[in-house]
Amino acid sequence: MGTNVTIARDGLQALIEALRADGREVIGPTVREGAIIYDAIRDIADLPAGWTDRQEAGRYGLEQRADGALFGYTVGPHAWKQFLFPARETLWTMRRTGDGAEVTDGATPASRHAFIGVRSCELHAIAIQDKVFVSGPYPDTNYRARRADAFIVAVNCGQAGNTCFCVSMRTGPKVEGGFDLSLTELLDDTRHDFLIAIGSEAGAAIMQHVPHRPATAADLSAADSAVARAAAGIGRHLQTEGLKQALQAAPEHRRWDEVAARCLTCGNCTMVCPTCFCTTVRDHTDLAGNTARRVREWDSCFTLDFSYIHGGSVRHAPRARYRQWLTHKLANWIDQFGTSGCVGCGRCITWCPVGIDITEEAAAIANAPAAAREAHHEGA
Amino acid sequence: MAATDPAVAADPFLPALYRVARTRRELADTVTLELLPLEGVRPDFAPGQFNMLYAFGVGEAAISISGDAAEGAAFVHTVRNVGAVSGALARMRPGATLGLRGPFGTGWPVAAAEGADVVIVAGGLGLAPLRPAIRHILNHRRRYGRVVLLFGSRNPGEMLFRRELERWRQRLDVEIGVTVDHADPSWRGNVGVVPSLIRHASFDPHEAVAFVCGPEVMMRFTATALLAAGMGGERIWLSMERNMKCAIGLCGHCQFGPTFICKDGPVMRHDVIGGLLSVREI
Amino acid sequence: MKGLDAILEEHPFFAGFAPPHMQLIAGCARNRRFDEGEYLFHEGDPADEFFLIRHGRVALDITPPGRDPIVFETLGPGEIVGASWLVPPYRWMFDARALEVVRAIGIDAACLRGKCDADHDLGYQMMMRFLPILVKRLHATRLQILDVYGRH
Ligand SMILES: Cc1cc2nc3c(=O)[nH]c(=O)nc-3n(C[C@H](O)[C@H](O)[C@H](O)COP(=O)(O)OP(=O)(O)OC[C@H]3O[C@@H](n4cnc5c(N)ncnc54)[C@H](O)[C@@H]3O)c2cc1C
Ligand code: SF4
Ligand code: SF4
Ligand code: FES
Repeated sequence: MGTNVTIARDGLQALIEALRADGREVIGPTVREGAIIYDAIRDIADLPAGWTDRQEAGRYGLEQRADGALFGYTVGPHAWKQFLFPARETLWTMRRTGDGAEVTDGATPASRHAFIGVRSCELHAIAIQDKVFVSGPYPDTNYRARRADAFIVAVNCGQAGNTCFCVSMRTGPKVEGGFDLSLTELLDDTRHDFLIAIGSEAGAAIMQHVPHRPATAADLSAADSAVARAAAGIGRHLQTEGLKQALQAAPEHRRWDEVAARCLTCGNCTMVCPTCFCTTVRDHTDLAGNTARRVREWDSCFTLDFSYIHGGSVRHAPRARYRQWLTHKLANWIDQFGTSGCVGCGRCITWCPVGIDITEEAAAIANAPAAAREAHHEGA
Repeated sequence: MAATDPAVAADPFLPALYRVARTRRELADTVTLELLPLEGVRPDFAPGQFNMLYAFGVGEAAISISGDAAEGAAFVHTVRNVGAVSGALARMRPGATLGLRGPFGTGWPVAAAEGADVVIVAGGLGLAPLRPAIRHILNHRRRYGRVVLLFGSRNPGEMLFRRELERWRQRLDVEIGVTVDHADPSWRGNVGVVPSLIRHASFDPHEAVAFVCGPEVMMRFTATALLAAGMGGERIWLSMERNMKCAIGLCGHCQFGPTFICKDGPVMRHDVIGGLLSVREI
Repeated sequence: MKGLDAILEEHPFFAGFAPPHMQLIAGCARNRRFDEGEYLFHEGDPADEFFLIRHGRVALDITPPGRDPIVFETLGPGEIVGASWLVPPYRWMFDARALEVVRAIGIDAACLRGKCDADHDLGYQMMMRFLPILVKRLHATRLQILDVYGRH
């Protein structure tokens, strides 16, 4: 482990085949409906060769690159969480019997996944969800099973996105750990190879089926400069020092009203975020009413139902819902799980229909904490 | 909370099956259910904890345990019909089957309060989660200093556990204050809000511990009155309520600032959460 | 039997009052007793006297038109019945009924108002004691209006 080897472009095909031969469903980036998403792939031809993305607050578009890079883009609307923590899942089923009922566990036999092209920020997002789902007193057994079975092929970013701020969050762009294999794409006029770092025994075992050669010093330095290029091109910045305290001290900041005036409370930001973990549960009954299926689904703190208790929603005003989301992400999460809930992937900025930028909102509050505080007191 | 060994923990979403052994109508919209497990024995619980009760095909609701922790084989729950799930639970007849997960959450610090005066302040249905603590304290009466129970209801007809209150009132070792928000002139008891009883109660504010449960506004006013009486926020415990879907810290719904009511609560200390109580829509 | 001065001094409302002020107030005070069910005053009556309860409890009732009377507050020993004597038009806004035998000190409102006008220090002391009571009752009323135990 810790070993570096180099494979040619074809070696990637061999890797995909080896993973499939190992009984895994291989998931990787692919172009669909104008975006790079994560889906089942069988072949390197499924990868977004020669595509890149252009992202801005509220905008996303694909463009053709001048080269044939396979990983020459950043992150799209999908995150790996949809495979580890599906958007909808049956928890259990209850059947009425003669004088009682019986319950059966709903966990679908997990397909063993291999993820190809996991970015550093995404590895951190997975680590954060591990803390949420597995580290508490009541671990989520389904998540834990899927997670334990997942094989992770990470990829170092060779370029940064305009809405990315992983450097600020110390989550990238360089892949540091938490993978079985990691790739760095080495591409110029003369070559198209991948430097591979082996991160686990499972990774080493798979590499036995993939033609490779030892990495040269030139390979290593080419990989380093690719990552350095990404770090230098990072699009956004967030000052995290003192941010937690500033946010927790400012629930009555005027900025919440200002952002709420723009926010549509659509919840897009929570749906694309790789760390958001909130869910709701619903019952689905069959027509005869003898079987009830308990289904867990992704939920969003932007809905009114989310905080409903009889009589009304606790967070009725959009300002309260936006405040909950941002304060949870960047402040309360640290109290709850010992880490920020944001990895700086920029998805919420890109996919917000009105282009609300979490880095701008957080900075506005952190930089003028006292000045804009409303007087807040309970009068006589 | 008891640490569950992650390696052996069963799926925490799976309910155990229970049967309604007995029901008792408390008020027009409120019913007490005694639930026995179809298999095995009910787990132990601490006063103040809650279970997630599942009504077939309708859903789950967080319901506090209102029965004695040391007595009986059943889980006792007092449910007020306010909607779909609570309505289905409140309509259950003896023999009905339901799902149950729990017990969850923090309890009233009945052990830590030994040696101190205890002031219990309940509003409306808030008496239900306090009843296991009251029973415990009365069963171990000598371990505590003065015991004061203050209880507020909307009107005399909507007063929970009235007969049991009468029995408690017969005891000479508990000071009981009961009040209603309004009444017809035949009511001979107090009229006024429950925090107004605090001024007249006899306890040593520096030595006493307060357990408070009721609607959030009532708890806010009560905490203010207790603080005004000289009690420190670290001696005041409140039982909080938020939307709950999982009760195990995974669904995110019950967040209250940095806390999760389901696992850091529902019973929480005023000096820890007091600052959040006055933040609108937190 | 205790003198009126001694009784006044014992009442928590006057704790810390300067003796000259106590004497001024005693000049406006008298002992009162109400039997169970007897009214201290009725809604609409001139608010010419207010009461410091010494023993017993008093219910404050309001009767909405066409409805049964509603008790909205009960007061007990150490508490004060009535604030309408402080503000024009000096009329009671509710009924006050003795729930049991009530012993109280009645204070002649016109007499006390006159003394407070003449001696602003006394007036200030009275305000300092009345205001917190009024504010507390206002808070309590708000809580009642919220009908927190209701079905929403
Ligand atoms: C820790 C705790 C202890 C509780 N103890 C009791 C008790 O002992 N007795 C009792 O009658 N009630 C108790 N409740 C309240 C009870 O959980 C709600 O009344 C119940 O969930 C309402 O669901 P419903 O489907 O009947 O109402 P609906 O209005 O149909 O509810 C829709 C959804 O909103 C949510 N919801 C609505 N009201 C509440 C609420 N007050 N608290 C949490 N979620 C809510 C639920 O997720 C519910 O599924 C407790 C709540 C909490 C959090
Ligand atoms: S909050 Fe936004 S930038 Fe941060 S991890 Fe979530 S989607 Fe990415
Ligand atoms: S911040 Fe943007 S994406 Fe998130 S809820 Fe508001 S409008 Fe939707
Ligand atoms: S109820 Fe789900 S996290 Fe607390």
